[in-house]
Amino acid sequence: MSKEIKLSANEPLKINSDYLRGTLAEEIADASTGSIAADSQQLSKFHGMYLQDDRDVRKERRQKKLEKAFSFLIRVRLPAGVASPQQWLGMDRIADEYANGTLKITTRQTWQLHGVIKNNLKSSIQAMDKVLLDCIAACGDVNRNVICNANPHLSDVHSEAVELSRKISEHLLPQSRAYHEIFLDEEKVISSEEQIEPLYGKTYLPRKFKINVAVPPGNDTDIYAQCLSFIAIVEAGKIVGYNVTVGGGMGMTHGKENTFPRTADLIGFVTPDKAVDVAEKVMLVQRDFGDRTDRKQSRLKYTVERMTADGFRDKLEEYLGYQLEPARDFTFEYNGDRFGWVQDDKGSHHLTLFVPGGRVCDTPSSPMKSGIAAVAKIHKGEFRMTANQNLVIANISDEQRPENDGQPKPRYCKYQ
Amino acid sequence: MIHFPDYAPLGDDQKKQLSLSLGSLSPEQLAWVSGFIAGSGNANQLVSADAGSTASVSSASQSITVLYGTESGNSEALASQLVSQAKQKGYRPQLLNMADATLASLGESERLLVVVSTWGDGEPPESSEAFYNELMEGELALGGVEFSVCALGDTSYDLFCQTGKDIDARLEKLGAKRVVDRVDCDLEFDEAFAGWSHSVWTEFGAGAAVAAPSALQQSQQLVFDKKNPFPAEVIENQLLSSSRSAKETYHIELSLEGSGFDYQPGDVLGVIPRNSDDVVTAFLKASGLDGSTEVEHHVIGKMPLVNALTTELDITGLSRKVAASWQQICGSEELAELLAPESKEKFKEWSFGRQIIDLLEFYPAKTLKPQQLVDILRKLPVRLYSIASSFKAHPGEVHMTVAAVRYNTHDKTRKGVASTFLADDAPKGSKVSVYTHHNKNFRLPDSNDTPIIMVGPGTGIAPFRAFIEERSAAQAKGNSWLFFGDQHYNEDFLYQLEWQEHMKNGALSRIDVAFSRDQPEKVYVQHKLAEHGKDIWQWLQNGAHFYVCGDATYMAKDVNQTLIDIIAAQGEMSQEEAEAYVAALKKDKRYQRDVY
Repeated sequence: MSKEIKLSANEPLKINSDYLRGTLAEEIADASTGSIAADSQQLSKFHGMYLQDDRDVRKERRQKKLEKAFSFLIRVRLPAGVASPQQWLGMDRIADEYANGTLKITTRQTWQLHGVIKNNLKSSIQAMDKVLLDCIAACGDVNRNVICNANPHLSDVHSEAVELSRKISEHLLPQSRAYHEIFLDEEKVISSEEQIEPLYGKTYLPRKFKINVAVPPGNDTDIYAQCLSFIAIVEAGKIVGYNVTVGGGMGMTHGKENTFPRTADLIGFVTPDKAVDVAEKVMLVQRDFGDRTDRKQSRLKYTVERMTADGFRDKLEEYLGYQLEPARDFTFEYNGDRFGWVQDDKGSHHLTLFVPGGRVCDTPSSPMKSGIAAVAKIHKGEFRMTANQNLVIANISDEQRPENDGQPKPRYCKYQ
Repeated sequence: MIHFPDYAPLGDDQKKQLSLSLGSLSPEQLAWVSGFIAGSGNANQLVSADAGSTASVSSASQSITVLYGTESGNSEALASQLVSQAKQKGYRPQLLNMADATLASLGESERLLVVVSTWGDGEPPESSEAFYNELMEGELALGGVEFSVCALGDTSYDLFCQTGKDIDARLEKLGAKRVVDRVDCDLEFDEAFAGWSHSVWTEFGAGAAVAAPSALQQSQQLVFDKKNPFPAEVIENQLLSSSRSAKETYHIELSLEGSGFDYQPGDVLGVIPRNSDDVVTAFLKASGLDGSTEVEHHVIGKMPLVNALTTELDITGLSRKVAASWQQICGSEELAELLAPESKEKFKEWSFGRQIIDLLEFYPAKTLKPQQLVDILRKLPVRLYSIASSFKAHPGEVHMTVAAVRYNTHDKTRKGVASTFLADDAPKGSKVSVYTHHNKNFRLPDSNDTPIIMVGPGTGIAPFRAFIEERSAAQAKGNSWLFFGDQHYNEDFLYQLEWQEHMKNGALSRIDVAFSRDQPEKVYVQHKLAEHGKDIWQWLQNGAHFYVCGDATYMAKDVNQTLIDIIAAQGEMSQEEAEAYVAALKKDKRYQRDVY
């Protein structure tokens, strides 16, 4: 007797969305409401945004003949949390002009904007596009922002790890042009191509999917709590390969006993040239074996739990067509950020700043947002957001390091 | 038996015949017949042509043209009164709206009476603009035409009654003879108008003496109107602006039960405001007078000073007129200098944002009698609000959309009289004196199938709520397109839930919004119009009527220019051709504005 399997509601929604388009464009153009329909809310997540409403004012609004105070949260895709000063300044301005004036640094090493009204979605995303940023796949049933240890000590190793994060992020990016058509006014091209989403297909993943890259001894990205992690194995200042862990995740649903936190399993080692392939195939195993009937059971950790770590590795190797090497030794020593100045092996300086709650904003006692924007105007290196929601002003040259040139300390030095 | 006076232009036989036949009528029948004949407007159609001896005054000399230019309907109402008076005096008056008038039509009568209002910065009423321009620029010999002008205006504006003044001077220039000097009326125009019309009729004398039977003037039923406003109960007073808005806009509902009032979408509600207690107290303090002293005012009669200042007199509006009167009392040299003709700009600058109380404080009088103060103040003006409801949708009610005006200037907090009266002193259950006022210049199309485009930012939204409610009640099929704007989408989207409902039920087909402060660049309704220029043109081609309500100073001008630009671009016309297109829209009543 066959048992009828009922897919979760998001599955047919994805299938019928014409690759994440749905009716989003029309609904965003509808000026009568600041909201979008429930189905579109699910689709909008794939484009990096969530609809919210201000609960504090819910009560008064109906009487005032106003709908709820809707706005969107926008999450930027920023592999490894590394941004140029121009990108920082771009986001700084967008936060003021279209959002609530705060740049929120998230645990996935990216900026999050709050309070963007529907009418400003396109303007915000177009302004992001001007500084080469996007929010594709920052939320939704896809590979999310790939995060990476913000290690300020070893510049070459960090560069390699960042490079891998970027490659994975690009490789696993959805190929649908929906985002470009809806938000960047790209003309829709009728494609005869069968494979619009060669990796994802029409149904994308069963649930969100998170990848990180760690560089021991720092475990600031918390590899045990991610779907898939790459732990850099460093020999003689070079990354020789990565240990692979799968199936971590701390979330659980209160009152649902079949949900639980799970630490990731270490399943092997790969050389750097195969890391992107492994990332792809892990994701494909989850695509094909993840639970699509119950969204509370659909994260990779439940798939690994069901298949067991060995079973999962076997399936993965079948997809890969080769075997993983045995895992190498590594040691984690810390997972927090170390604040203050550090000089790396190449002589560049890095300043890690504590950002309370990840909120970069101006308050009367601490004009942090203005301060960092002022730094961004002169800074020639980069900014790195950490998975602990702090900020590294990275790659400051000797000449630019404030103490070294006799100039007064900039405002941000007080966070040392 | 009716006795005709000796001077009646009737032969003895005629007197006899008339007396016989009229004598058989009941008083009601007599009233009807006299009214019918008087009201027919063309006695020649009633009286056979061969009765050559009937009139001692030739028909040409009986003719009077009553020409009016109206925005809110006041001039039109006065012009109609003149026509009735003219008929009673035996003239054959012709009532002519400037909206329909041509320059040539001025030469058709020997007598010309003009009633015209002035709007905004010395401008003629919207619908009269084309005629006004034609008159000012065109040439026509008006020798032999006798005329007089009644100008309506508001002394709180610098170019008080300017349109009336212009027309008065122009008619003289064209050779017409001014028989009675022009009268310039302030907001309370009844008295001035009565004096002027009396002089006019004295000067003109009687026409063919067909004195209207007094029966006509009887049977006047007691009605509520401007003179006798209806105390309407406030049944809702709801702040629409969100708690995070910088604005303060209210939705106010009044009950009209028992008033006998009826209104159409586009009509206006007159509200009798009162000065707030704190403003009156401060005013009294500045004057140094005792509020309990009894004073007398030529319009309002006797009452204690504090009452007069609260409910009857304009104690805020600082005009040149009131400043000049105050100068007479206080004798200040400095104020006299400020009021000198050559320092007009200086006075304008000084008085901007100031009120009468500042006069009292800056230039105090050594001695001041309560009566002196009362005598220089004008009557507290009625405030007109565009009605925000459809009578069909809300029988027995009238709704308003009111933005409370509060601001700081010269280190003082100031507030608009009527708007803050409604916001602060008209809670649910209290009463507000009102009357309805028809505005024929702002009307839905006759057909429910005609598409409409409505541009109403801020409180300019009010009449369009009435329009859409009316069309919803009628299940109209015509398309409708609303342009709304304010500061912030989430805080200031007036009646948002209602628009959503109307979108669902089909009464509203399309809405576009411009919220100026949601993004770095200021976006206003005219930008939204321009953005959709192609569709606007399409709608106009499909016969759409175009309505604008709200701010006259900037918004209405910018919208007007944008409309011209759209027509020029989309219709491939020159600027002049597009302007002519817009003028034709106005003439056809397809472009109507209610701006203030």
